[in-house]
Amino acid sequence: MSEAVLDSGAEKAPGGQGLVDDWSRDKQVFGVPWGKAMMWIFLLSDTFIFSCFLVGYMSVRIATTDPWPNPSEVFALQAFGHDVPLLLIAIMTFILITSSGTMALAVNMGYRRNRKLTFWLMVATAVLGASFVGMQAFEWSKLIAEGVRPWENPFGAAQFGSSFFMITGFHGMHVSAGVIYLLVIAFRVKRGFYENRPGGYEIVEITGLYWHFVDLVWVFIFALFYLW
Amino acid sequence: MADDGTQHPLRIYWIMWISLFVLSSFSYGTDFMDDGALRTFLILLFMMLKAGRIVLIFMHMGWERLALKLAILGPPVAILVLIGLMSLESNYVEGSRIDNYGESTMEVETPGHH
Repeated sequence: MSEAVLDSGAEKAPGGQGLVDDWSRDKQVFGVPWGKAMMWIFLLSDTFIFSCFLVGYMSVRIATTDPWPNPSEVFALQAFGHDVPLLLIAIMTFILITSSGTMALAVNMGYRRNRKLTFWLMVATAVLGASFVGMQAFEWSKLIAEGVRPWENPFGAAQFGSSFFMITGFHGMHVSAGVIYLLVIAFRVKRGFYENRPGGYEIVEITGLYWHFVDLVWVFIFALFYLW
Repeated sequence: MADDGTQHPLRIYWIMWISLFVLSSFSYGTDFMDDGALRTFLILLFMMLKAGRIVLIFMHMGWERLALKLAILGPPVAILVLIGLMSLESNYVEGSRIDNYGESTMEVETPGHH
């Protein structure tokens, strides 16, 4: 994909006229590299998967007549001699936001062709992601030890456990895959794999899209599952 | 790719980072409020403010062409229909469960910490 193909023709019109032009002029519709367009379309499909999980969670939570466990109490941790509600979950949220920040910086450094900083920022993002998964594993083992199962739990409606393990498990799997993806790309950046390739460091931005999406999904899980 | 927002001053990332931290603290703060319409509204408000920031700034959607914006951000709107239909359906299911099986008699434990 060369820049010449993307930018051929005259000045591009913005807004509504641009929308019509992009779809009707017998050319590529999206003025972005194909990898980026494909990642966006993949993320769109992933949006629907997570939406289905969250809508399913909403449905079973409304439909059950059993009391719904209070997430604020279930996910409380003891700290400084008090029960602090959602302590670990809040820490996990801040970690994921921070990792989104380091990822955004990595994208920026990639376009500045600063390989060393791009590499280290991506590694930092991966480390933060891995610590997120570690805390999730801790959360899971704590809940399992307290008797929460996908089919029953001592605190209320059985559907609580199924929704919890399904939604956070699927999200955790995305984070784990993202950590591997980040490390693969980071080491390629480090050894100069993208120096002379067409497209260059836009791969860092594409990886970043996936990573920010994982953070985005967590925003919804945090609000709808843990807080609501 | 020259003028489409691949080169921002770093300042925008620090601002984003701090604002996401602040918004997350506010989100977390709603957990200490009493249940009610206000709390639900604030949970959703902070959720959408955070999500919007991530998509528009971190994912650079704000700098993309309208064709891509609509193709990606348009379809998820259909999910609102699914949410509406499923909540109607589940409310009906809950009602018929109460009608046929009565209210729940489940005994629950308060979560304890060991």
